[in-house]
Formats: sequence, C-alpha cells, structure tokens
Amino acid sequence: MNRKKPEPVQVIKTRRDAALQTLVGSVPFIDFLGLKFDRRGDELTAIFPFDDRFIGNPVLPAIHGGATAAFLELTAVVGLAWSILWDATETGDFNIADMTAENLPRLPKTIDFTVDYLRTGLPRDAYARARITRSGRRYASVQVEGWQDNRDRPFAQGIGHFLMPSSKA
Amino acid sequence: MARIHGLLCAYWGKITRARLVSSEKRPKKVASVQDPDKNTKIARQFFDAIPYCRTLNMRLDEIGAGQAEMSMPYDERLIGDPATGVISGGAVSALMDSCGGAAVISHPDNTSATATIDLRIDYMRSATPGQRIRAKASCFHVTRSVAFVRAQAFDDDETIPVATAAGAFTFVK
Repeated sequence: MNRKKPEPVQVIKTRRDAALQTLVGSVPFIDFLGLKFDRRGDELTAIFPFDDRFIGNPVLPAIHGGATAAFLELTAVVGLAWSILWDATETGDFNIADMTAENLPRLPKTIDFTVDYLRTGLPRDAYARARITRSGRRYASVQVEGWQDNRDRPFAQGIGHFLMPSSKA
Repeated sequence: MARIHGLLCAYWGKITRARLVSSEKRPKKVASVQDPDKNTKIARQFFDAIPYCRTLNMRLDEIGAGQAEMSMPYDERLIGDPATGVISGGAVSALMDSCGGAAVISHPDNTSATATIDLRIDYMRSATPGQRIRAKASCFHVTRSVAFVRAQAFDDDETIPVATAAGAFTFVK
C-alpha cells in the first residue's frame, strides 16, 4: 500500500493558525475591540484584553455591557465560521491553504442574540468560548460563555441564532 | 451592559436624577422633565463621560419620561461583514443597551440606579453602510423591581427597523 506520509505537525499547525488569522483579521470590528483567538485543535478561546476605552461605568470601573455583548457575539460568529471552515477542510470541499484575504468564505449572519449579564464586567481581560449546539444547512444555534478571573464564575452568557452562508464554505 | 450599566447609572443618578425625576418630588429647585433642552444637555454631558459611548461616538438625542433616543455615526472600524461593509451587530448592541438604560433612568417612577438583566436583539436587516444608526428605547412596563424595555434601531430608512431589542433592567420605584 502506498500511503502518503503525514505532514509534519508544525506545517499543519502553521497552516491552520494562518487560516484562523486570515479569518479573524478580515473583520474590522474584531480588530477595533482588540480580540484575539487562541486555538487548540478545533477549539477556540476568544480573549478580550481590557482597555480603558471599553469602560461603561467610570466610577467602578466596569466594562460596558455593549462591549461584552459584542465580545460574545463575535466569539459566536468566529466559532461558527471556524467550524464551517474546519468541516469543509475535513471533507475536502475547501482547502484552508488556499484561503487569502481576497478569497474569504462568507461569514454567518446573526439572526438574534441574547445576552444574560450575570456579574459586573471587571476591568480585566475576559475570555469566552462558543459551543455550537446545532449547525444545520441554513440555521445554527450557538451558546457562548464569558468569564474573567474564574472560569466557574461566568460574568456573561449569550445565546444566538445564525443564518449560515449560502454558498459552500 | 448589565450590572455595569446599573452602576454607570448609579453614577448618572447622582448627577442628574434630581433633574430627571418628576417635578412633584422636587418641586422648585430643579428643572422639570418638560425641559428637554436642559435634560438633553445634562444627559449628553453624562454620556460624554462614559468611555465606551465616546469610543463609538454615541450621541444622546432625546431623553425623558421613560424614553430615550441615541444615535451613532457609521464608522468603518465597526464593520462586521467585510464583504458588504455592514456594521457589526455588536456595535448596534452597545447603542441599544445604552439607550435602554437611559430610558429606564429617565422613568418618572425611578428612584435608583439600573442594571441590565438581559437584552435580546433581533437583527431584522442589514444597516446600510454610510448611514447613521438611531435607536429609540422606551419602558414598556415597569413593576416595583423590573423595567421591561423595548427598543428599535433605524438607519435612514425608517419603515423597517435595522434591529429591535427587548430587555429587562433592574428598577426601584
């Protein structure tokens, strides 16, 4: 049997990280908020580094709820877009190695998004992970949880519905 | 915006509640709710002190009696869909939340700060790139402890909202 030798792990990692950076780097608002995405296999953790610009209550101080909402929603959008890319790559429909800033797959569109504000957003870095509870041909449901110092004490959670991009990823 | 907003509003309360609350309670010394120019001016000063509202160049256009209107200019840095140049839903959320909080604070029965408990936003259509987004929020109903707020956001086309929102905010009569 003539099996192809697997690629070196570093080559795969570099390619996947580059694809993620291309995806994330294409959205101006992600850059505006300074969000970063940390990848472990197909799992993403979004990081929202604190900055004074995001304060909503100067007395406490605390992060503005609108900034928290944007953080959770973008975590969901990127998580969903990434999972579409990942699946398309696995099935061979799309090769992330071919992905460039000019040749980006369309992003899912938010239909609705609900944020549950659990605790004050402290003036510290925040983290979030999205969980795709259902991903169909046309619609997807995504849950997001955001936390700061303590993973067991989330400061906000969100749930949203998304319209999947119509063309194949 | 949650607790955040609440506290933010606590801060607001200190500065402006006397002027925004109905005039029976504080009959002479303060401006009444019917003095929109003065309230708008005070509110604008207050919102100018909130860094994130400044970051997004939000403007408080109207406030009083449980209603508020706020707007925000189109900005390329807020684009969420690079293919179309449409502003990110997350930027619209900030406007809706701030506007909802302002409406609650201005309710005549309000005696305290407020905090967003939850906020749901429905994105009806894409906002047209280049156009200012205007949000209008009002207290749909208030109980002793909760204010139920509805809000709508528009661009230049006022026939169909860009987005609508429904939220619950803490409230103290």
